[in-house]
Amino acid sequence: MRRSHRRLASRLAAAVTLALGAAACGGGGSGAGPDGTVTLTVDTFSTFGYEELFKRYEASHPGVRIKHRNVVQLDEYLPRLEQWIAAGSGAGDVVALEEGILSKFLAKPDRFVNLLDHGAASLKDGFLDWKWKQALSQDGRYLVGLGTDIGGLAMCYRTDLFAKAGLPTDREKVGGLWPTWDAYIATGRRYADKVKDSRFVDGSVNLYNTILAQQASQTAGHTFFDPSGRLVAGANPAVRGAWDTTVRIQQNGLSAGLKSFEPSWGSGFKKASFATVACPSWMLGVIKENAGAEASGKWDVAPIPGGAGSRGGSFLAVPRQSRHAAEAAALVRFLTSAESQIVAFRARNNLPSSPRALDDPAVLSFRNGYFNDAPVGEIYAKGAKAIRPLYLGPDNNPVQQRFEDALLALEQSRLSPDAAWRKALADAEREAR
Amino acid sequence: MSVPADVRVRPRTARPSGPPGPRPRGSALTRLDVRLSPYLFVSPYFLLFLVFGLFPMGYTLWVALHDWELLGDQRFVGLENFRLVLTDPQFWNAVLNTLGMFVIATVPQLLFALVLANALDRRMRGRLVARLGVLAPMVTSIAAVAIVFGQLFSRDFGFVNWVLGWFGVDRLDWAAGRWSSWLAISAMVDWRWTGYNALIYLAAMQSIPRDLYEAAAIDGASRARRFWTITLPMLRPTIVFTAIVSTIGGFQLFTEPLLFGNGDMAGGSLRQFQTVTMYMFENAFRRFDYGYASAVSWMLFMLILVGSLLNFLWLRRVGGTR
Repeated sequence: MRRSHRRLASRLAAAVTLALGAAACGGGGSGAGPDGTVTLTVDTFSTFGYEELFKRYEASHPGVRIKHRNVVQLDEYLPRLEQWIAAGSGAGDVVALEEGILSKFLAKPDRFVNLLDHGAASLKDGFLDWKWKQALSQDGRYLVGLGTDIGGLAMCYRTDLFAKAGLPTDREKVGGLWPTWDAYIATGRRYADKVKDSRFVDGSVNLYNTILAQQASQTAGHTFFDPSGRLVAGANPAVRGAWDTTVRIQQNGLSAGLKSFEPSWGSGFKKASFATVACPSWMLGVIKENAGAEASGKWDVAPIPGGAGSRGGSFLAVPRQSRHAAEAAALVRFLTSAESQIVAFRARNNLPSSPRALDDPAVLSFRNGYFNDAPVGEIYAKGAKAIRPLYLGPDNNPVQQRFEDALLALEQSRLSPDAAWRKALADAEREAR
Repeated sequence: MSVPADVRVRPRTARPSGPPGPRPRGSALTRLDVRLSPYLFVSPYFLLFLVFGLFPMGYTLWVALHDWELLGDQRFVGLENFRLVLTDPQFWNAVLNTLGMFVIATVPQLLFALVLANALDRRMRGRLVARLGVLAPMVTSIAAVAIVFGQLFSRDFGFVNWVLGWFGVDRLDWAAGRWSSWLAISAMVDWRWTGYNALIYLAAMQSIPRDLYEAAAIDGASRARRFWTITLPMLRPTIVFTAIVSTIGGFQLFTEPLLFGNGDMAGGSLRQFQTVTMYMFENAFRRFDYGYASAVSWMLFMLILVGSLLNFLWLRRVGGTR
């Protein structure tokens, strides 16, 4: 018994050490080389489309090397980033901040380099006004990050499945099918009548997040938290409205029940398990990656039901812990410039947050070959300036995950719609505690 | 310092009272060597245990007594975290899941390992290959195992559902239900650990004197009878050992359910397969509530202690007291 007791104690202690240690160490690893070159580490998630830009920057700045680290899933990237920032080590010299995490970091701006100290003040007109203000402290003296992209909305659909269901495949006509979400549901029912081996929409999770961002930016301007940081999930009509629409789509049997960014969602793209996916601009790169070359030309892009909105979008920031703050800030300025945003848009369709880039013919005239030559520049950029800002609270990400869980449980027929709603609210309270 | 009176009763010969006389130079070092060396030789383990074992445990307890936010301040709150843990339905849900998966994974695993070991103990062709074969799952990367099993049990295009389809069973969403997810995860655990336990049993079986079996055989005992009355009783200490090691492993179940849920720390839409370790991790590295997570990890420590003890006592009782 003593022997096993000791084993047990040391095992447990090792686990605890691991857990505690994980906070302290990370993989920062950037510094000046022996020949004076500076290596800048850049941390991003999902797809930013920066490969080409990094090469250009290294070519024009011989003293700078760029090390790029990317994490595919935002849900994995965020906690890692938070740990690095809190521990004061491990983060790259430039880090991507998704808008959902921004308000949390704005509460402790001193963890980041104030970009106003690095000449960012003159760049204000280079960004949509709300995008600039999102990363600015209340008193206007501290700028945590510079905007990269915004998440203008559209609806992606598979032309071959639409043809099979006897629906129009032309993107103008498809957009005409669904000016509203009710019309979208009606179209879905027509689809379900004809096609039995696939569903109309990928799943509740992606749909809900999109509808919520859209409805909230059109109404209250915030989602689960109000601008004072108070949890208002139960009181905000946009939260409930988006929920009801999603549940209605699900209860009509239109959903394939897949959770976005999971492997089964990816194989759903490969096997054509669903005909539509709500697609913020940054989603196009994700679809292309998941659906693969064999689906080239089969997807197309139509306007989204329910009007303009933005979901997602990011910033680049320089953590205070960086040893090359000046060089890193210069890289951030380069990557967020209008020219670079255009390059990133053409690479991955990340919709620019710079008004000049949004007006640029290189953006407006851009067609995406993979998406049946859809004029994605026109579709996304046209409505971009009409987008109204959306405030996301400090615990936005965990609360959103609890709503996703409740919708999944509903989709798995484990909970009734009412029980799922109550559970989402109760769990949200727990996360915001 | 005054010397207590009763010291005088000690035999004086053991320690000379006066200062030591002049000795050869090496002698003092030799004495030191004889006295200290054994401690030095065993010290690396204890030093490592102190640094990586005892200190973190104590520190975790210290953290558990605080409201310790990663990005915020640290405030001493006494036993408040423990009170919250004990009344937290999410914690008890995780305990239930852990215990449930422990039972449905470990019991069949040990039974099957015993049968497997008994089979491997016999004379047969290619015995070495078979014995090495049962170890193969052990050397497979756990992440790879979890990914493969995750696909086997996937809802839409999974192998298991495909096979079940032959028998007219509807597609099952394995991850959605409590029992189905437990079964899938237990299958993963068993696939990995049955061979390991079988080898331990096998080693123990081979140390059982063969003449016992011969004598029993001469007396006309059947194969089954020999297994029940010779093999099993002689294996009892080994069974206790494997049961306790499995208890510890089962209570700390983490990677399999985590990867089964594609990295979802909440363990499914209704937390149907979130284990205590996952819950601890969720609090530490998702909610960044270190104080609370530390309290959870101490509760886990207690649970393992209790679990191992119960296991030990029960197996002792079952095996009969000798």
